[in-house]
Amino acid sequence: MNDQKGINTFQISISSDENVIIARQKIRALAQEMGFSMLEQTRLITAVSELARNIVVHAGEGRVSVYREEERKGLRVVFEDNGPGIPDIKKAMEEGYSTAGSLGLGLKGSKRLVDVFDVKSEPGKGTRVEIVKWL
Amino acid sequence: MFEVSILKMGSNIIVPIQVELHDRAAQKVQDDILSKVEEEGSSGLIIDISAVSIVDSFLGRLLSDTSRMARLLGAETVLVGMKKEVAITLIQLGMVFRNLHTAMNIEDGLELVEKLKTESVQTEANMPETGMIE
Repeated sequence: MNDQKGINTFQISISSDENVIIARQKIRALAQEMGFSMLEQTRLITAVSELARNIVVHAGEGRVSVYREEERKGLRVVFEDNGPGIPDIKKAMEEGYSTAGSLGLGLKGSKRLVDVFDVKSEPGKGTRVEIVKWL
Repeated sequence: MFEVSILKMGSNIIVPIQVELHDRAAQKVQDDILSKVEEEGSSGLIIDISAVSIVDSFLGRLLSDTSRMARLLGAETVLVGMKKEVAITLIQLGMVFRNLHTAMNIEDGLELVEKLKTESVQTEANMPETGMIE
């Protein structure tokens, strides 16, 4: 994983459906300001929506941190929670796999919408998903 | 909690979704739509999402389910106004829509809904398969 973290622009606590919408709106505003096309904004924000919802559904609470990458222009978004974690990431990345009665598109589907996608999880400790969209 | 306006036009109802819906709000809208279909005995339902900039897997499934639920109440549904960015993203996300009718705008949607009503009467002898899905 790239250790270059860019400039930490803002962080949003996620514990409800409303917070997911706030995260979407704030990240969209930044993506728009940075000059992402309408399609790229839509793909990024849809991934943000899926991943932020995962926090609410699986962990109850967590946070979303947003970094503006300057060297190579882009947006990095990190989703972290201290929830139950993912016992088998490989399985969780399979299409149609779902533990919460959702469609199971969340992780695998989101991966297709961004340029960098990294999941780390420890059962019982939490999950960290990092995505990057280059400009 | 906000309200989504639901407009009645003859035997159809039209629902323009004008705000970004979080999950619980989307479920409430689904409930409101079905209540209205039931109350009015509507035979057609147009859901306009031209003002919706993000449809993720949750909202996508909810819209598709709403259409199937409305059909059980006796109403045909047409989803209108999907932005091209939303269409591209939904397919890349992996969403599969079964039996969801769409049109470019409300006008085309109303035309299609009338056609669907006629068709559904014609194919009534040909009962749709029942049973559990998935």
